[in-house]
Amino acid sequence: MDAISLWLPVVWAAIIAVAVALYVILDGFDLGIAILFPLAPNEVRRDQMMNSVAPFWDGNETWLVLGGGGLFVAFPQAYAVIMPALYLPMIIMLLGLVFRGVAFEFRWTAKPNHELWDIAFTGGSMVAAFMQGVILGGILQGIKVENGVFAGGPLDWFAPFPFITGLSLLAGYALLGSTWLIMKTEGTLAVEARRWAKWLLPVVLVTMAIISLWTPLAFDRIAERWFSWPNIVYLAPVPIVTAFVALLCWYGLVKGREAMPFLSTIGLFLLGFLGLVISNAPYLVPSSITVWDAAAVPESQIFTLVGVLIMLPLILGYTAFVYWTFRGKVREGEGYH
Amino acid sequence: MELDPVLLSRIQFGFTVSFHIIFPSFTIGLAAFIATLLVRWRITGQEHLHRLARFWTKIFAVSFAMGVVSGIVLSYEFGTNWSNFSVVVGNVIAPLIGYEVLTAFFLEATFLGIMLFGWSRVPPNLHVLAAVLVAIGTSLSAFWILAANSWMQTPAGHEVRDGIAYPVDWIKIIFNPSFPYRFAHMFIAAYLTTSLVVLAVGARYLAQGRFTEDAKTMLRMGLGMVAILTPLQMYVGDVSGLNTEKHQPAKIAAIEAHWDGNKPGDLVLFAVPNEKEERNDFEISIPNGASWIITSKADGLFPGLKDFPRDDRPPVIPVFFSFRIMVGMGVLMLIAGWVGAWLWFRGRLFTTKWYLETVQYVWPLGFIAILAGWYVTEIGRQPWVAYGILRTADAASPVAPSAVLTTLVLFILVYTCVFATGIYYINRLIEYGPKGAAVETPDALPSRPLSAAGEAAHEAIEQR
Repeated sequence: MDAISLWLPVVWAAIIAVAVALYVILDGFDLGIAILFPLAPNEVRRDQMMNSVAPFWDGNETWLVLGGGGLFVAFPQAYAVIMPALYLPMIIMLLGLVFRGVAFEFRWTAKPNHELWDIAFTGGSMVAAFMQGVILGGILQGIKVENGVFAGGPLDWFAPFPFITGLSLLAGYALLGSTWLIMKTEGTLAVEARRWAKWLLPVVLVTMAIISLWTPLAFDRIAERWFSWPNIVYLAPVPIVTAFVALLCWYGLVKGREAMPFLSTIGLFLLGFLGLVISNAPYLVPSSITVWDAAAVPESQIFTLVGVLIMLPLILGYTAFVYWTFRGKVREGEGYH
Repeated sequence: MELDPVLLSRIQFGFTVSFHIIFPSFTIGLAAFIATLLVRWRITGQEHLHRLARFWTKIFAVSFAMGVVSGIVLSYEFGTNWSNFSVVVGNVIAPLIGYEVLTAFFLEATFLGIMLFGWSRVPPNLHVLAAVLVAIGTSLSAFWILAANSWMQTPAGHEVRDGIAYPVDWIKIIFNPSFPYRFAHMFIAAYLTTSLVVLAVGARYLAQGRFTEDAKTMLRMGLGMVAILTPLQMYVGDVSGLNTEKHQPAKIAAIEAHWDGNKPGDLVLFAVPNEKEERNDFEISIPNGASWIITSKADGLFPGLKDFPRDDRPPVIPVFFSFRIMVGMGVLMLIAGWVGAWLWFRGRLFTTKWYLETVQYVWPLGFIAILAGWYVTEIGRQPWVAYGILRTADAASPVAPSAVLTTLVLFILVYTCVFATGIYYINRLIEYGPKGAAVETPDALPSRPLSAAGEAAHEAIEQR
């Protein structure tokens, strides 16, 4: 294999990893806020929650398209296996996002008769979050592939492990949402969000621990990756840093810090993601398709890579600008509307 | 009953893409209309232009959201339902979609935040810039998706090895033979569709005697566009048809319901094409009309459907009728545009009650024409999904038919409810109208007591 065919797929895997990580963090707090919506006792508080993400959600959701589109561009073979294998969770997730997305606009237009769109906002987001976790679990537990083509059944994903990853992501998004509210809002809502976060953090940590134990127990290659010598020495910092970041999050919640809980929750997500990458690299579909097996021809990968290198800094720049424009805390009764 | 997964996936894709296309084809033009209003407002300082921009922005927000959520579905359906399509042409098609995401989706989705919520957060000129960027984003999106779709119609710049298409020349791939025509045709269609809606809304208000200043602006801008763009669109459509004749003669034969390529083609005004007997029933036609349009000669010959094996022919009936619906809509647009222009020229546009009361119903014409036009071009491409490279029957995913049937039913239920509601809300916003002076929203409202919740909510709608 020449150097280009060796490295290009790795670069593309990194780009997709960045897109997925950004999606999970950015749309994670949007979805999390919607998951927490029913806990808000009244309409003013719910308006405040929605207003804290209203200018951003559309851009946030676009990272999902880049993640899926990136897979299509760089690894069409993997795209063509993963999508049919997780057909039902994918489509149900997308339908959840339909309800969530339109609820942002319909809810304001429907006022004062918007109760149904409150339900659509929360229900759509919960379904989307849970199904994203199921998709993750479904990929991790392995897909039946024969001759490079999906060869399993339509309900292969319906198993205990994807159910756990689904719950984990649901709790994780709710934690991101609650810590975002601590940082982005003020008044009673910020106080309540802190209380929610104190409940959610332990739940998230427990589900992360279950996944961390389950995967090496179920898959020898993952146990081998983590516990063989000398890997165990090099990889030991990952769980240690995770424990430290979790403590930091708790500390920030208890001590009344405003940004620390949110930032450390992002840290927890990134560390969890890193753990999954360590467990499964270089597989895109464990344990049958690697990044090299599934790669598009170099011509296609390079052509789009040029676009990524030019556009991604621009995109990150104007995204930061929009967040900066709507900086500061959202108060009760105050909207950008 | 034996379920056919390819047929189910085709129905599902056709259903989801038909719902989707309605919204972007409206928002492409609407973004440009809003940006134009805002730029005019900055130049002239006329407050009613600002008020109008705010009014249409509310409608834009609702339709844009529906376009986004239905569009994401499509980008995943390439994999979920057409995984073999992804493998066979992914090397060529996927980068075009990648560029659409990178150059268009992020731009429009991110600056939409400022466009919708930045009225009092950023300086006016920056807000106008955000609206312009959203408009540019929507147009770039159309550019890339039309490039990808046109490549599926007239592939170029690639080579096929072992049944897989590989890129050779990206410029030839993007600017493939049908792309310039199809992009121009779609782009004008989007502007025309929006202009018809603006014209109809303006006429509706003026007929009701409401918001007369705003209504006159809408009427003038909408009508001006319709009167100019409709003939232009007819010309572009004709040129695009000649391009199709060159690259996809079977599609043209189906459009014209022309069976025998050894005889000149009649211009069939009405008929029921009989695919079994290979002839037209109940035909009403202008002798040699089609030959004249396509070959510029009354006795010119062009391929008929019988020149193609049955397996390589598109379904004739849907292509034939969709084309006539599209052209019919075009004729209605031309009448609405030119009658209005005549009245305008005579200085009677705002006072001719019968015209206003009729033209308020033209808003669906563009949508119907766009859907019909897409049915012509997409069904006319059959039995190929990528012309000459991959047949639709070979493109589907290895998914259980029962799973596709399940999601098809879900899509029909969800889309019908959600998008019907959305259209109802848009109509309600239009009924409500561009009320209130275009005052600046105070940057930070004081905290409100709980009892003011309803009031705050109501203001939120009004001020948006």
